[in-house]
Amino acid sequence: MDEAPSADPAGRPATTSGSGWTVPASRRRLAIDALGITLSAFAFGVVYGLSARVHGFSIVEALAMSVFVLAGASQFAAVGLLAQGLPWLAIVGLTSLLNARHLLYSAALAPWFAGRSRLHRAAAAHVLTDETFALALPHFRRLGRFDAGGYWLAAGLVVVPWIAATLTGFIGGELLPDTRSLGLDVVFPAAMAGLATALITGRRELVAAAAGVAIGLPVALLTQTSLGIVAGGVCGPLVAMLLPRRGDEAGVEANTVTAGPV
Amino acid sequence: MSVELVGLALLMGLVTYPARAIPLLALGIERLPAPVIEYLRLIGPATLAALAALGALFPTDAGGHVQFHVGIEVVAVLACAAVTAWRRNLLLGMVVGVGLVALVRAVHLG
Repeated sequence: MDEAPSADPAGRPATTSGSGWTVPASRRRLAIDALGITLSAFAFGVVYGLSARVHGFSIVEALAMSVFVLAGASQFAAVGLLAQGLPWLAIVGLTSLLNARHLLYSAALAPWFAGRSRLHRAAAAHVLTDETFALALPHFRRLGRFDAGGYWLAAGLVVVPWIAATLTGFIGGELLPDTRSLGLDVVFPAAMAGLATALITGRRELVAAAAGVAIGLPVALLTQTSLGIVAGGVCGPLVAMLLPRRGDEAGVEANTVTAGPV
Repeated sequence: MSVELVGLALLMGLVTYPARAIPLLALGIERLPAPVIEYLRLIGPATLAALAALGALFPTDAGGHVQFHVGIEVVAVLACAAVTAWRRNLLLGMVVGVGLVALVRAVHLG
């Protein structure tokens, strides 16, 4: 369904972007896009909660990870590494490597946050996850401007299920069906692929996406997946920028920049 | 009840937060030159595509272990991307992708 931009049913003046999207319509699209992602985060969180309990975490410790770290891959890694007896220093070091990709998300979103208070930015940073980024960026681009409500909606649709799922998994994860047999392990990469297609509006975006994969894959094979994501995210845009810009794309880009917050 | 690992969680959060916050809190981010803005604009598709591809090719098992594997997950992700691009509907794309994987696993092919 390609939801058409609509008037605010509450009768409030609906801000319309240059692309015709109103804030309520774009938020509704965000919420619909988040359905599968929320399910995926919940399923992954349940497995994490169960895994943490099996490996001797208390419920407070399992929840503390989900609240303070808020990054599934590094939380899983911590559970496994603690079980292998690794010292905290090694786990903290690995965490910083695994989560380095957030630097890219933050950099890509930063221009949209221009004019926001430091406190707002600092708070928003803590809930910046893979999924928050993937939901918020297309939302801002649909609107052509920042929308605080949309950002916190995106974050809430990821963070709340993640923490609730940690608790659910810890308390009764073994009672739930095998998420893998339901195919729920594929929800996350499928959602990322779908959201990437929404951002591909020209040759440069297409080349950036293709180069991100082409560069990320060998790096991941040689090192680890998180570094592959960082390498793809850093180098993919550089490859795309080698493309000469077409006249029509220059126009689109100029519109994007002037319509945006930068 | 043990709370010893709350300290580790805090430390892990402490080393993760700068990556999330530094660009957002950086001064002058709104006055960047056009090529930098263009670069930042392209990070989204590049990173999401890399996340999708590596997520499909390096699945995490129930124990949290990650291993390279080419299987039905890759087909499902491509199907989701194709359906999303065609119908402009992410939810439909995900239903197709996840349904495909569930079906294949149900008949023990994947």
